[in-house]
Amino acid sequence: MPATKTKIDVRGTKIGLMRAGKGAPMLYLHGAAGVAQWLPFMEKLSERFDLIVPEHPGFGVSDTPAWLDTVGDLAFFYLDFIKQLGLNDIHLVGSSLGGWTALELAIRDTHALKTLTVNCPVGLRIPDVPVGDIFMWNPEQRARNLVHDQRLADQMLAVVPSEAEADVLMKNHYALARLAWQPRFFDPDLEKWLHRIDVPTHIVWGRDDKLVPVAYAQAFAKLIPNSRVTIIPDCGHLPHIEKTDDYVRVAAAFCQERRP
Amino acid sequence: MKFYFFHLMPYAHLDLSYTEKYETSWVKLPNTYYDREKGHALYNRYLDELEYADTLGFDGIGCNEHHQTAYGMMPSPIVIASALSRRTKNAKILILGSAIPLRENPLWLAEEHAMIDTITGGRLITGFVRGIGAEYHATGVNPIYSHDRFHEAHDLIIRAWTEPGPFRFAGKHYHFDYVNLWPRPYQQPHPPIWIPSQGSQETIEWASHPDRKYTYLQTFSPASAVARFLKMYRDQAEKYGYEASGDQLGWAIPVYVAETDEIAKREARPHIEAFRNKFAKMPFEMLLPPGYLSMGSMKRVAAAKAGMSMDMTLELLDEQGMFIVGSAATVRERLAEAQKQIGFNHLLPLLQFGTLPHELTIKNAKMFAEQVMPHLRPLGEAKTKAKAAAE
Repeated sequence: MPATKTKIDVRGTKIGLMRAGKGAPMLYLHGAAGVAQWLPFMEKLSERFDLIVPEHPGFGVSDTPAWLDTVGDLAFFYLDFIKQLGLNDIHLVGSSLGGWTALELAIRDTHALKTLTVNCPVGLRIPDVPVGDIFMWNPEQRARNLVHDQRLADQMLAVVPSEAEADVLMKNHYALARLAWQPRFFDPDLEKWLHRIDVPTHIVWGRDDKLVPVAYAQAFAKLIPNSRVTIIPDCGHLPHIEKTDDYVRVAAAFCQERRP
Repeated sequence: MKFYFFHLMPYAHLDLSYTEKYETSWVKLPNTYYDREKGHALYNRYLDELEYADTLGFDGIGCNEHHQTAYGMMPSPIVIASALSRRTKNAKILILGSAIPLRENPLWLAEEHAMIDTITGGRLITGFVRGIGAEYHATGVNPIYSHDRFHEAHDLIIRAWTEPGPFRFAGKHYHFDYVNLWPRPYQQPHPPIWIPSQGSQETIEWASHPDRKYTYLQTFSPASAVARFLKMYRDQAEKYGYEASGDQLGWAIPVYVAETDEIAKREARPHIEAFRNKFAKMPFEMLLPPGYLSMGSMKRVAAAKAGMSMDMTLELLDEQGMFIVGSAATVRERLAEAQKQIGFNHLLPLLQFGTLPHELTIKNAKMFAEQVMPHLRPLGEAKTKAKAAAE
């Protein structure tokens, strides 16, 4: 059953929230494009987990609070959010910008986490492996560079957003610039502290990611102690969208693995 | 009316066929297109042109700031203003403007401007700008904070120029334990401040505020937009409870004068078209990064600029009032008409543009100074005096 969006107040900041399913709690942190609606991969994950999908401060229907400057701020916000909802043993999942946020959260405090899964996260800088400059791309370049299958890009480009949807896209793009313009899509301090992540971590990457090249998967794996990498072939920056079935299978299996 | 010879210092030797490979002459065009010997000759040529304008009787000579582009070779207007400060004797020196939010330390800028003001004995006219969108790609400064940093840097600079130091400054973007400027500016309380803009209501509300009354300068826009924004300034001043004078309003526009209309168009055509279609060429994402404008303004501008990337001919630029070209009589008539309708006292003709060579620049400047300027000079002043008499 698709979840509907409600609003929740966390220490004075109102954000959008969707929640559905049953099982262990899974907190999903979205990427730069926001979460306009309940997507097929969410529906599938909610068959096995209690899936909680907040909309970041600055994005969509959420407030843009004065305190929001960095992804680190967002990470502290979600620690407050977890505390307020009384969540424990969480499977934390994040895509791209949301993956970066999840990593920033985990270097600060993992006590409420059971596992961590990140899809093509930004946040790290390998000097000779440039990350694509999404701020220089026009809407067509953005669509074409984010997915591997260009028929999917064609479908995305064929959708003309309504005025309200276009407003949300602009708001999300502004929020993204606030968080990631400079340093461009990384935090120079993140790599110093990734060793602190002490929960099983799953790094999932599309082999053909044109925004954040797959070389970053191994770079993250080297820095995060108990981590594993899964590469999905014929897939760009959005494995949960482009390869929904493969993604849900590997992501769910990792979370449900029996561990001593 | 007063006249200021304004220069952009383009890299005039740019291989114009660059557009076959690249979509812009800004930020992403490889600097292998730049030749250092040609650059050396160009800087000296352009400085000669600015110095020549001083001898022609222009009230001022002006430079500005752009980064990583063939459009203008002045990443630091401070260097150009400094070079001019000892070589000229009469003209005001205009920095239009310094992009203050791009500076990590705006106090350096306050110091540099104070030095130039002091060396010239008070000939500096200061301008503050945010820089255009491309600058935020070139410098990495986050465009989301562009307005914030502009206002905070402005407040810091004004306080540094006017308040006895040392004092502390604690802002969001700038923090200093010791603000204590040596030298303080020569002009008191500080050099005049002009605000060049392509037109925004927020900027006009801020510049026209009674605490500031900064001269607002509309740059490179169609005449109809110039009229609209300068009127907006006057209306805003009225809302604040005072009457704006023509001295608070200026217009910067490319101008070319020659012996006849036909000669003027023939001589100017390739150079003004290169200026518009090659040097100023830039994709939307580079011109307007997220946060550079408020979301409301961004929506309006995006709609208005839908056809903007189209190349423009001299005729279209002329028709839109984005370029004034013709015999001295034609140029006089066009400018007098605009002055009458819009009521500005400062005109900043751009007399070198794009690839316009030295000889034509000199001819243009001389004809403008001798055959246009003297006729238009009484216009604004007469009106101001008449008003003064009436009051």
